[in-house]
Amino acid sequence: MRPAFSVLFLTTLIGAAQGAAIILYALFLAKGSGPDAPLAFYLTTGGVSLLLLAAGLVASFFHLGHPERAWRAVTCWRTSWLSREVIVLPLFGFAELLWLLLLWQGDWRAAAAWGSVMAFLAIALYVCTGMIYAAVKVLREWAHPITVVNYLLMGVASGALLTAGIAEGLAPAVAPMLAKAALWLTLIALVGRGVSLWRNARIPPYSTARAIGVHHQRIRQISQGSMGGNYNMREYFHGQPPEVVRAVLIAALGAGFLAPVVLLLLGVPALLVFLLQYGGLLAERWYFFAEARHPQNLYYQVV
Amino acid sequence: MTQFALVIDLNVCVGCHACVTNCKQWNTGGEAGPLADLNPYGKDPNGTFFNRILSYEVGTFPNTETWYLPKSCLHCEDPPCVPVCPTGASYKRKSDGIVLVDYDKCIGCKYCSWACPYGVREFDEERKVMTKCTLCVDRLYDTSLPESRRKPACVLACPAGARIFGDIHDPDSEVSRRIREEGGFQLMPELGTRPANHYLPRSKTVLPIDEAQVVRAENPLRHDEAPHATGLQPIEEEMG
Repeated sequence: MRPAFSVLFLTTLIGAAQGAAIILYALFLAKGSGPDAPLAFYLTTGGVSLLLLAAGLVASFFHLGHPERAWRAVTCWRTSWLSREVIVLPLFGFAELLWLLLLWQGDWRAAAAWGSVMAFLAIALYVCTGMIYAAVKVLREWAHPITVVNYLLMGVASGALLTAGIAEGLAPAVAPMLAKAALWLTLIALVGRGVSLWRNARIPPYSTARAIGVHHQRIRQISQGSMGGNYNMREYFHGQPPEVVRAVLIAALGAGFLAPVVLLLLGVPALLVFLLQYGGLLAERWYFFAEARHPQNLYYQVV
Repeated sequence: MTQFALVIDLNVCVGCHACVTNCKQWNTGGEAGPLADLNPYGKDPNGTFFNRILSYEVGTFPNTETWYLPKSCLHCEDPPCVPVCPTGASYKRKSDGIVLVDYDKCIGCKYCSWACPYGVREFDEERKVMTKCTLCVDRLYDTSLPESRRKPACVLACPAGARIFGDIHDPDSEVSRRIREEGGFQLMPELGTRPANHYLPRSKTVLPIDEAQVVRAENPLRHDEAPHATGLQPIEEEMG
């Protein structure tokens, strides 16, 4: 698959936004049992989370041929995970905004109750995003529950790191705790991604024989009957040599998971580590697309 | 329930691209607007086609055979492209089983084409919507056309008669009969999409003849050999 940059930005930005909201709510629930964080910290982190969500939403519009018709995408929620994502994304945004307003008003009891709705919607949004990919049966690299789990794990790790970074400036008392959480969540996310990499390396390729109905060992496409490429060649081949793909994977694992863990242990400011990890997660998402081999490619081997 | 489909006889197809050309001609002039042609006279021309003929080399050179595979939307009975569509633009007609895209509802997110294993949907770069074979639905029910012309443009164009159009749910239709009798097959049946379009496999018509059958060495009368062997004219009974 060719990685679509609008989708790379959408999934990484909203992943961090949801993760930050979940971590904030967890911190809010832990109030009393540990060091407390000031209201300004909650409002700032929540505001940043909403900004990331909005930025992701804007990025997603660049993926559409007809963005002015995007409202239609809410209609098929019964069958389409994409439609469900389009519904849950703004719901989560409104829930988070309302939660921040409740905190601002100082209504702690209402915030505790409503926060659970917000956290549920944040997790539901991870499920919707992950299922958009996991529901495409023909892309076997994606069609597995681990895809959904990974979207959740990577998003929460990224959001935790963002929260820790803001806490270092606004709530130093809770910052070490959040940094520790981000470190462990990043390690767990690495395990999840490792499992899917291991699984994907063992998926046998589709066979040309099945695709064109010839029972022969040696089949080679020689033409698709046109003088130039087409949509199916543009959309499903990333066009990068294997060295580049491998370099992106190394960058993804290094910047997205290993370096953040080491840098957090060394005490580097978490906000810087977050930016590095965000770059790594973008590379991870690029590789996620590039590693998916679409069976339609058997029909489009050469022009 | 009707399920219209194409049955393509690979025994007959010679890969001439008449179906491709007529498909493009008919559909680019249709009500839904022209099919994009990007850079048509330049170095890398490309554009939207609903039908393409793929050529494969089977075997190792020089012992090879060329295999043509004309491929358009297979109008699956369980189309993976339909449920994933967030707007309902991609749909399958209950009345005749044709899978269509409502170009006015399509937002161009391309998700349907990800779900299709056959690569038959093409995003039109000018109209910014997903497009695909309609089985020439705008011909099938057009009463201003003579009944014999109410068929997909590709079927009418095929000079060899390799493309047959009909209802595969009607066991007495020509398409059903030929699928049944000539070993019709689907593409990637293991994916469970149940494509409506079928292909009839290549089958060589070879009549194995033993030399003995030609010279009739076993024939005790050795009837027909005698006159030729001696240069005599065959008698009237032999001319029979």
